[in-house]
Amino acid sequence: MTANELNAFEDEINAFVGREVCPPTPAKDDVNTAMIRQWTEIIGDTNPAYTNEAWAAKSTRGKSIAPPAMMYVWGQEGFAVTTGRPADAQADLVSLFNKHGYTGVLGTNVKQEYFKEVSPNDNVVMEMVIDNISERKTTGRGPGYFFETLSTFTNQHGEKIGTQRFKVLKFIPQEQPAAPAAEDTLQVPTRIASPRGHDNKWWWDACDAGKVLIQRCKSCQTLRHPPRPMCGECQSMEWDSIESTLDGEVLSHTELHHPKIPGYQYPLVCAVIRLGEGTNIVSNVVGCDPSAVHIGMQVKGKVEQVDEKTMLPQFYPASSGIRS
Amino acid sequence: MVANVKDKAVIVGIGNTKFSKESGVSELSLAVQAVKAAIDDAGLKPSDIDGMATFTMDTNDEIEVARALGVGELTFYGRSHYGGGAATSCLHQATMAVATGMAETVVVYRALNGRSGHRFSGGVAGDITTADAIHWGWYMPYGLLTPASWVAMFTERWMHNTGVTKDALFEVAHSTRVYGANNPAAFFYGRSFDRAEYDAARTIASPLQLFDCCQESDGGSAVIVTTPERARDLKQPGVSVRGVAQCAADNQEQMTSFYREEFAGIPEMERAAENVYAMSGLTVDDIDAAVIYDAFSPIVLWQLEAWGFCGNGESGDFVLDGALRTDGRLPTNTHGGQLSEAYIHGVNGIVEATRLVRGTSVNQPAKDVNHALVTSGVGIPTGGAILGKMN
Repeated sequence: MTANELNAFEDEINAFVGREVCPPTPAKDDVNTAMIRQWTEIIGDTNPAYTNEAWAAKSTRGKSIAPPAMMYVWGQEGFAVTTGRPADAQADLVSLFNKHGYTGVLGTNVKQEYFKEVSPNDNVVMEMVIDNISERKTTGRGPGYFFETLSTFTNQHGEKIGTQRFKVLKFIPQEQPAAPAAEDTLQVPTRIASPRGHDNKWWWDACDAGKVLIQRCKSCQTLRHPPRPMCGECQSMEWDSIESTLDGEVLSHTELHHPKIPGYQYPLVCAVIRLGEGTNIVSNVVGCDPSAVHIGMQVKGKVEQVDEKTMLPQFYPASSGIRS
Repeated sequence: MVANVKDKAVIVGIGNTKFSKESGVSELSLAVQAVKAAIDDAGLKPSDIDGMATFTMDTNDEIEVARALGVGELTFYGRSHYGGGAATSCLHQATMAVATGMAETVVVYRALNGRSGHRFSGGVAGDITTADAIHWGWYMPYGLLTPASWVAMFTERWMHNTGVTKDALFEVAHSTRVYGANNPAAFFYGRSFDRAEYDAARTIASPLQLFDCCQESDGGSAVIVTTPERARDLKQPGVSVRGVAQCAADNQEQMTSFYREEFAGIPEMERAAENVYAMSGLTVDDIDAAVIYDAFSPIVLWQLEAWGFCGNGESGDFVLDGALRTDGRLPTNTHGGQLSEAYIHGVNGIVEATRLVRGTSVNQPAKDVNHALVTSGVGIPTGGAILGKMN
């Protein structure tokens, strides 16, 4: 993903902050002793304030209460979740992440706050919003974003009984199958890097630092790319380099459709570009519709971070006014 | 300067395995099956073989093939590099060995599980720092890492320069598949194919679509080369190597020679053609049929120009006149080519060119085939050969 694409993606996800996932919705069932009994049995909570009516009647409250941690239980859909439910903002956000390769999901933490107790025959009303989305983070599971929903619970009198914050990490799984897949949407972490040896490491190191260099023979000044240890014109092994301005012209191009290689974003256009300095370079043309790329097109390059690990020159239509 | 080895080596045996998408056997098994078939075709015994030539890409060591077959002693073994560019280079090696007496009877073989094993369409990758791996490193990070993508880059520019259209690519794809549909050994056997299916197929790397691309295949092919003296005593009519050459041209890369002043061309094949004609004393008019390396449809067009069947930029019109069809000027890829028989890296093409001269192709043209051309893959160091009836 280019920096521009990343910015566009982040604008899209950040537009979800503040959006309602569900409006204030009364639970289908009132707080009741049967669900309290089952929940506490499973949790192993034997507090008589929840399940011993006789004990609770004599307590300071004068009646039993629901465990506060059950707050989120009352608004659960029940069997309806298995038969599908209408899309909401959270589902839309999740599918947007999935579409861009952030297919991994991990619930990272839940934080509840309690303000008021409820008892059998009360009704719990829940509403939920997408509260915040983090910056892009590098995590052990892969690069991704944390998003947090905020649920607010009230009783039938409109009194706030508690809140719940639920944080989820959506990430690009780091361990992907190596084989190319037919899925149009498959995304994996990084592009295949060039191996670096004596003859090319300096070039890629400069690229990492944001520069595209062109090797120049110190003896006869001939420029050459890709780099080689000897000048084919005068056989000198002495060389230095100049930095390209990355002004170029497309000599040929192809849009790669199949197979989709893990780690690359599609649509993907490769081109042979003649640089203003006179040497040719293979790179990507980005920043326009693939069908707009043509032989003779003037382009302007810029070294960009295209994924977590990779810096590459990327070429834009010169008409877009981008600066390297 | 090119040494003259005209008619000093003769193809006397050919063999193919069954072609499939999943052989279920090792590549070594395919290799020895193909070589055995060629030995049987020639009427030889395994112990008659004393030389071997194959691809650097082939995984089957000569000594493994020799032991498995019971060949015994080898006095020549040579490998040729550059993928499909090695097809006729192996024949070149075998011819030189036989002509110089380094060996008397050399088998050329290539066997691969190209579909069920390593697939070329999977692309290149690597973290070793050989010069070759570093070369791929100028393309991998950008996603230009499959054979189709490299050929697409040349094709786009070549079509732009010449005005040749997809009509010509379709004619290559179609005429070849008409042959394949009639070849029981071909993947395409019994199938129909038309322009609508061609146009509707998915794009692989623009402008190449599915039917512009060859078949990923499991299989093996072999041919046996020996001296004219020996050939006269054998079962099959000899098919003589009139001329054979290989060439790597100036500023050559493997599939990515993008740094030439004008890169939409194959100067290495032009030079190889010149040398084959010089060696054989033949001209383009002497060639009656051809097997032209067809990993992708456009590369057939470029080679027609390189071998002088038409002028530069005229191959589109040449094929659209029906030249490649069975009654055309140059019946080509009569086995169905690698587009529709199988992709055995061009060695199945040497097998078919031999059949054309013998007169035994399943799609044998009605006219006499005195000379057949066979070529190697292009975009890489390449070459070709002219085969003719043994005198």
